[in-house]
Amino acid sequence: MGEVVELARARWAAACAGTRDVISGGAALAPGRRGAVLLQAAEDVYEIFKPGGRLHPTYFLEHEGHLVVEAVFLAVIAYLTLHPRAPHRSRKQEMPLSEQEIDDLCEEWQPEPLHKPLPNSQALPEPPVISSAAGAWVVANGRRVLNMVSLNFLGVAGDPVVMEECAATVVKYGVGSCGPRGFYGTIDVHLELEARLAEFMGTEESIIYAYDLATIPSVLPAFANAKDLIVCDEGVSYPIQNGCHLSRAKVRYFKHNDVADLERVLLEVAAQDRRVRKPLNRRFIVVEGIYAQYGDLAPLAAIHALKCKYRYRLVVDESLALGVLGAHGRGACEHSGLAPGQVEIVAASMGNALASVGGFCAGEREIVDHQRLSGLGYCYSASLPPLLATAALGTLRTLQGAQAPKLLAALQRNARLLRDLLANIPGVSVWGGDADEASPIVHLQLAAAEGDAQAAEAVLQAAVDAALADSGVLLVVNRLSPLDRVRVKPSIRLAVTAAHSEADVRTAAAAVADALARVVPATPCPVSKQPS
Amino acid sequence: MTHGTLQPPFFIALATMASWAFFFLFGHMRDLVRKRLPKAARKGYAPIRQDYEDFYTRRMFYRIHDCWNRPICSAPDAWVDVMERTPVDGQKPLKLTGATRRCLNLGSYNYLGFAAADEYCTPRVLATMRELGWSMCSSRIDAGTTPVHLELESLVAEFVGKQAALTFGMGFATNSIVIPAIVGRGCLILSDALNHASIVAGARGSGAKVKVFAHNDADHLEAVLRASIAEGQLRTRRPWRKVLVVVEGIYSMEGEIVDLAAIVAVAKKYKAYLYLDEAHSIGALGTGGRGVCEACGVDPADIDVMMGTFTKSFGSCGGYIAADRGVIDYLRRVAPGHHYATSMAPPAAQQIVSALRLIRGEDGSDRGARKIAALHANSNWFRRRLVEIGCNVLGDWNSPVMPVMLFQPGKIAAASRLCWERGVALVVVGFPATPLMTARARVCISAAHTREDLEHALQVLDEVSELALLKYHPRKALHLNGAEHLVKG
Repeated sequence: MGEVVELARARWAAACAGTRDVISGGAALAPGRRGAVLLQAAEDVYEIFKPGGRLHPTYFLEHEGHLVVEAVFLAVIAYLTLHPRAPHRSRKQEMPLSEQEIDDLCEEWQPEPLHKPLPNSQALPEPPVISSAAGAWVVANGRRVLNMVSLNFLGVAGDPVVMEECAATVVKYGVGSCGPRGFYGTIDVHLELEARLAEFMGTEESIIYAYDLATIPSVLPAFANAKDLIVCDEGVSYPIQNGCHLSRAKVRYFKHNDVADLERVLLEVAAQDRRVRKPLNRRFIVVEGIYAQYGDLAPLAAIHALKCKYRYRLVVDESLALGVLGAHGRGACEHSGLAPGQVEIVAASMGNALASVGGFCAGEREIVDHQRLSGLGYCYSASLPPLLATAALGTLRTLQGAQAPKLLAALQRNARLLRDLLANIPGVSVWGGDADEASPIVHLQLAAAEGDAQAAEAVLQAAVDAALADSGVLLVVNRLSPLDRVRVKPSIRLAVTAAHSEADVRTAAAAVADALARVVPATPCPVSKQPS
Repeated sequence: MTHGTLQPPFFIALATMASWAFFFLFGHMRDLVRKRLPKAARKGYAPIRQDYEDFYTRRMFYRIHDCWNRPICSAPDAWVDVMERTPVDGQKPLKLTGATRRCLNLGSYNYLGFAAADEYCTPRVLATMRELGWSMCSSRIDAGTTPVHLELESLVAEFVGKQAALTFGMGFATNSIVIPAIVGRGCLILSDALNHASIVAGARGSGAKVKVFAHNDADHLEAVLRASIAEGQLRTRRPWRKVLVVVEGIYSMEGEIVDLAAIVAVAKKYKAYLYLDEAHSIGALGTGGRGVCEACGVDPADIDVMMGTFTKSFGSCGGYIAADRGVIDYLRRVAPGHHYATSMAPPAAQQIVSALRLIRGEDGSDRGARKIAALHANSNWFRRRLVEIGCNVLGDWNSPVMPVMLFQPGKIAAASRLCWERGVALVVVGFPATPLMTARARVCISAAHTREDLEHALQVLDEVSELALLKYHPRKALHLNGAEHLVKG
């Protein structure tokens, strides 16, 4: 041991001398020698700290070094105990409000008014008062006019045969059902309608809701919760937005009708799921067959391919496509060549082509049955008035009858004709392309690229008013609720039905062209702030 | 609450817990076996029904699902034809046997007896249908407004004592659409603990913060309101934009009438807005059928938003919102139901118009007034007799809804099936519509019931209560004689 220390000392002295040489003489030491000296110094330091060395922890502690450590600890403890500091208090202890202060706060608080004041420009024009059945021609505000507004696509509202059946239903069952489905509100006509709807849609079962706006908002929360994912077209109608919100699922939107963007979203989700190793959750793609706010068709075949590739369930809202598209009138899925089982959940309003009120959802038994206990709008609401179930049954019978191909063909012909005629009007543009020529809903926007939406709406409203007053054609400006997240350019919405004759369609298109020509400024400049 | 209680007797509470424990135990044991069976699951897809969500349906509901969804094939009047179904067989759907059974109807919300064809209403409904059809195939703002809708809205506003009204095609949706239209982020909703699912859906959809106050307890409401206003919004501590207190007129699962005067006083004191859901009370309470305001002597002007449905007393469908003209104009612009939903069927609107005219005596007879008087007399008579036979009956005098407590899950099926065998259509409610421990049967009385009908129903219920051990309060009768004289107007 002694020799080692002696040796270390000798080397240390040599190293110090070397360093001194370096400091004083600069280049006195050759580079090779300097490296050897540093190595020597390192070896000496190691000697002190290596096991058995004087400053090695074991040796140090065993030779009264522990007293040093203990002294340090004692100093730290003393410092922490004696150090002055602010006492830790919770927020509540800090400022308990006295009763008097609470009274004052309550006194001081001023709520906002119950409703926001509406500027005049946002008030709705009085809707026309219709005093006849919703046919191709209606009596609006006391005058017989051509109806391009009602969504009675098959023209069956007010059908005399169905009228007699509905009248008989009223006499037998009364008007209301006076109870939810669970509590003696299930009437035989409801069961028959559900069976016939399932048969028509080619699914195992179907379930009817009393209100179209409560259908999708009941269906989505029945299947999706906070852990699940809904991928939605950004142009979906309000009921789907509401359903997504109520379900509390994570919602991602893709660009309207953009399959590439949908795939981008699906890829992003897949990558993220892999990264966080998310357990398998329920995932849905939700689209509309025909979009209410655009009048165009979803590319369902492509969406279906993606849905299969990424293993999502597909939900299609067929509200505007049912009874309109497809060889049997089964909707956009049939139009896109999808067989009934390929889309998991199909929901639709019965207020359009079926010429009734309410909505329904069709799918496998598992899907439908689950809604009978979990569909809020089904469980907690009175069921559909039986007369409306009879009416829907009447329309279904027509759709399955000998007349159906003729009606569907007439509707398609009218839809194409209307779209073609409107496309030629200067100053406005028709939403949608060649793929959408089968859609009986046409949105007509001002061609001016950008402009104040409110001013544009006022111009269109003036055109609609002019068409009604001068040509006797009932049209409507598409109006969105401020709660709707979709923001589309203002448009005139036209709906064509099988009941319209070719002459009717031409009259309507001419009236639109005429009214627009008078109302829209002739030069293709942006819409002025002060419409005429 | 007059006499019933949601609190089960001690041993019943134990037995109820034991029943549920058995259900969970056996359910999970069966699930253990089920998990070993090969499943037809689709690879890469999560099951559409999640195991734990579906547990109750799979293991409890399907054992007794014959007690619900019983189809009928007649009007839901005082007597109803109920269609017979095959007995419960595992989880298979029940099939109709083709036979029917005529039952006394204690289930439908047919308070004023407008469920069946009526000599005054039905001809008018049919005339409207022949003129306007049954659907306008359009929303209210497009081409769905008919003279009947306008007449209905002005009549409703006048009837409930407000400046204007707006109607929607479904009562549930009226709440779920209108609440998000009037409150949103930065607002506070104070909701009664026992409010209906539609209010819960509306509150959830609105994005506002929701706090719950103890059922029908104005003092607790005041405490929550004071604390909330003093604290302000969560995290940001900003003052609330507005506070909406939501209560119901009659609570449909408890039969209780809201303590309206006290709640109005609290809401006014703290500048909160009051939203009153009269789904069950409009037409049923008050000598003129004008609802809970008339019954409690509260001025409708003190209620900011009055909501109600036409399903119950008027035998139709849909709901209304009545308020100041400014609020209604605002809702016309904002409420999605006005923009996007198919408008109410004209015959349904006409049914309400006719029923309202009849209630107001505009048909030139006193039939409407007699209907309301009969409803109150029937309800109070039946309630008194139910209490006398020893049942635990919830609710207030004059309320046509009277829940009879069952507590134990096994008694849900027992009460329903025993009544069904004896020709009485009774509604039973259990989890998830009620809390686990407080399953109940619910009797809805109608003006269409005759005294003989009710005598018969009572006889059956007495027998069933005996068999199913429902007489939890056998000694109540002593205190009760003549209690209905205490009932207010």
